Amino acid sequence: MELADVWFCVIAVLWLGYLFLEGFDFGVGMLMPVLARDNTERRVLINTIGPVWDGNEVWLLVAGGATFAAFPGWYASLFSGTYLPLVLFLVALIGRGVAFEYRGKVDSEGWRRAWDRIIVGGSLVAAVGVGLLLATTVFGLPLDANGNRVGGPFAAITAESLLGAVAVVGFALVHGAVFIALKTDGDIRHRARAFASRVGPWALLPLAGLLVLVQLSWGEWWTWAAVVVVVIAAAVAFERLSAGREGQAFAALAAAVVATVVALFGALYPNVLPSTLDPAYSLTVADTASSPYTLKVMSWVALFGTPAVLVYQGWTYWVFRKRVSAAHIPPVHVP
Amino acid sequence: MDVLELARWQFGITTVYHFLMVPLTIGLAVLVAGMQTAWVRTGDVKYLRMTKFWGKLLLVNFAMGVVTGIVQEFQFGMAWSEYSRFVGDVFGAPLAMEGLVAFFVESTFLGLWIFGWDRLPQRVHLACAWAFSLASTASAYFILAANSWMQHPVGVEMVDGKPQLVSIWAVLTNNTALAAIPHTVIGCFAVAGAFLVGIGGWHLWRKRDEDGPVWRASVKLGGWVGVVAFAGLAITGDIQGKLMFEQQPMKMAAAEALCHTEQPAAFSVFAIGDVTRPDCENVKSVTVPALLSFLAHNDFTSEVRGIEDLVVEYQQRYGTHYPVDDRLGELSGKPIDYVPNLPVTYWGFRFMIGFGALAALAAAGVLWVTRRGRVPTGKWFPIAVLCGIATPFLANSFGWIFTEMGRQPFVVVPNPSGVDGVWMFTARGVSGLTTGELWTSLITLTLVYGALAVVEVFLIARYVRAGVAGVIPPEPVDEPDDKSGDQLAFAY
Ligand code: HDD
Ligand code: HEM
Ligand code: HEM
Repeated sequence: MELADVWFCVIAVLWLGYLFLEGFDFGVGMLMPVLARDNTERRVLINTIGPVWDGNEVWLLVAGGATFAAFPGWYASLFSGTYLPLVLFLVALIGRGVAFEYRGKVDSEGWRRAWDRIIVGGSLVAAVGVGLLLATTVFGLPLDANGNRVGGPFAAITAESLLGAVAVVGFALVHGAVFIALKTDGDIRHRARAFASRVGPWALLPLAGLLVLVQLSWGEWWTWAAVVVVVIAAAVAFERLSAGREGQAFAALAAAVVATVVALFGALYPNVLPSTLDPAYSLTVADTASSPYTLKVMSWVALFGTPAVLVYQGWTYWVFRKRVSAAHIPPVHVP
Repeated sequence: MDVLELARWQFGITTVYHFLMVPLTIGLAVLVAGMQTAWVRTGDVKYLRMTKFWGKLLLVNFAMGVVTGIVQEFQFGMAWSEYSRFVGDVFGAPLAMEGLVAFFVESTFLGLWIFGWDRLPQRVHLACAWAFSLASTASAYFILAANSWMQHPVGVEMVDGKPQLVSIWAVLTNNTALAAIPHTVIGCFAVAGAFLVGIGGWHLWRKRDEDGPVWRASVKLGGWVGVVAFAGLAITGDIQGKLMFEQQPMKMAAAEALCHTEQPAAFSVFAIGDVTRPDCENVKSVTVPALLSFLAHNDFTSEVRGIEDLVVEYQQRYGTHYPVDDRLGELSGKPIDYVPNLPVTYWGFRFMIGFGALAALAAAGVLWVTRRGRVPTGKWFPIAVLCGIATPFLANSFGWIFTEMGRQPFVVVPNPSGVDGVWMFTARGVSGLTTGELWTSLITLTLVYGALAVVEVFLIARYVRAGVAGVIPPEPVDEPDDKSGDQLAFAY
């Protein structure tokens, strides 16, 4: 295996971390109007991710930065090719980030309601953006011989990429609901569990559809196997949830995310961004990779950096492992 | 406007905006960690109150720094894809390191610090504050190493028309970076110092609350930080000037609007009239003889080359016309203008130093009028200290605008003494997008940023007015069924 192939896997792992972690952040945001009945309950939901959402978002930044370092051509073509959807995605991330921080800083119904809308809308749009970006990477863009997009600003909006968007939204809803069931207590926990069991199987259908569609185009035997693992893991998750074992359900969903990423990136390899105009123009691992020296430097950084990140982020989840419930929420205190 | 101009406006607006939050975060984070250390060491509750108050303002600001930073990370690929392809082998590495080494630590430990007041042992909690604030400074290191490589490309060789990294060490210890990093980080402390002086001074003058000692200690800390920072800025800035003389002679000449080579060269303090070319010939300016020679080269006699001579040299080295190429848009086949925008560089340089000096003077003045427990009573005082907050922000913005616009028309600046052929015209770096796309993003981001600026200032003003009482909840009244013991010390 060449170093460039290793880095293809590293990028996949970074996306995996991002989907897994910010997946439930997005879910929590989108589920606010569904699961919370009053301001205290909304605060319960936000505080399940309060200490961690920013750390989760850094997975996206590092995925972006690492793509720039290891596969500059991939970074350049993907991000310029999906320019307008990406702007919308960034605005959504801006909105929800600020909203988490600012919604509780003024004690007024109107103020909170406005920021709540931004959290819900921002989480939804951001999930759409992630789905669009991932599906575009896998299905490709109309690229010319120089790796530049032709076909206008909306070339990235296709049936496949929209399916990707719906798939990530659906997954985030399920993942978020299970996460809430795991992290809260009282009424909300029950509501979240009920929501996940009732809506969950339907919400995961688009993801299944996406995976099958990808495999029909580029599948190998082992990526098909990954799809099977996704289905089994999801089934286990719902079974465990109905048995009341939220932790195990969450772990099963984690396995489903791993298998999803294997199925997507495995099918994509050795391309990194196919051209829908002419396969000869497709960007591949080999021709977008940085020089061996750069990859070696990055490998050393990742080798020492990544375990440290996992340790201290894991520690954060451990410090804040207690379930949050309405009784834990202090009264509003603002100037 | 064409795609190039729009992309440049967009990069300029979003980055200058990002750099309004950044210096406050970097400077204040370290100061707040210091306050908390003082509290843990002495047990004096004054320091706890300082930590809580300034910590809250830090958080309000931090959120905006984070979200505007996300845009920065993606902008290279989105609007500058040719640039990204060209420099990717070198430039991506420090960016990825910044994420992996700095942003992860920063965001994770900030979360632990905010929510961990009652969950972590006191010393562990303090360690989180330091981890967060040092990681903020570390992020500055990596991004400035990347930026310095654009100003002074090192550690590469040309392979197939693209720079290929041969030594990451050379990039991380680029002399341009080693000068720019302390200069920029100290500039961040200048901002934080003025912030403390302005807000603390206003409260001291108002005498509305019980927290006199908190405000007095804040003013003293901020005042000293401000004064010392300026000394540091002058020293590191002088080092940068000498490097610029070697590495970017055109930027040096542009900073002075120096049309003709002079020996010895005078430093222009102030100009009356229009500094644009070719009128720079007859600008009347107030000058200090031979000072520029000293700034550039440490002696009072050396020659400093002027714009007219440099243009000839640049044309010989890098050509007189842009190639004919559709992707260059309006510039295709046109003559290359090697002279940066002179009014911007000339005045940018002076405003950087001038506003910085004003900030330091204000800090020293406030230290003087509040010495040994005095409290100024004049009406002018609150206005002066509150306006003083703006000065180092302005100095920072002008410093960046000068640095970045002074390197035009290059995005990667050729280096007279370095690796041959490593340079790129800004016009070459831009993505093949439509103007419609760029107008959309430029307008959207500017509107969003504008709205958020209003919100941030509004929130900060509210917290400032409320003082420490606004951030420390009243002691819970002890109830028999002690449910409050279960409550979180902090929740959104
Ligand atoms: C001198 C320091 C400095 C400079 C020149 C820049 N930044 Fe910055 N950036 C910071 C110092 C910083 C910081 C202090 O670390 C911030 C500000 C507030 C914060 O949350 O972290 C930050 C936040 C921040 C974030 C969000 C991190 C998070 O989620 O925690 C990103 C992705 C970037 N920046 C990226 C960039 C890029 C691509 C820049 C270049 C154009 C850039 N920054 C210029
Ligand atoms: C945070 C402080 C910074 C500020 C305030 C700043 C400011 C600016 C401004 C005003 C421009 C527009 C210049 C023009 O078009 O004439 C610009 C362009 C640019 N800057 Fe910076 N900059 C900063 C940091 C950086 C850093 C750290 C990098 C790289 C790591 C960078 C890379 C660029 C690039 C690629 C462009 C676009 C090309 C160009 O117009 O020259 N900047 N910046
Ligand atoms: C006597 C005082 C100062 C001198 C001689 C000085 C000198 C310089 C020079 C020569 C540069 C350009 C470096 C280059 O482009 O290669 C620069 C950049 C800059 N200056 Fe200053 N400066 C001074 C004061 C200040 C102050 C007071 C601030 C802010 C509070 C400041 C903030 C900046 C910033 C943010 C940059 C751009 C980033 C960089 O290249 O480091 N400077 N300064």
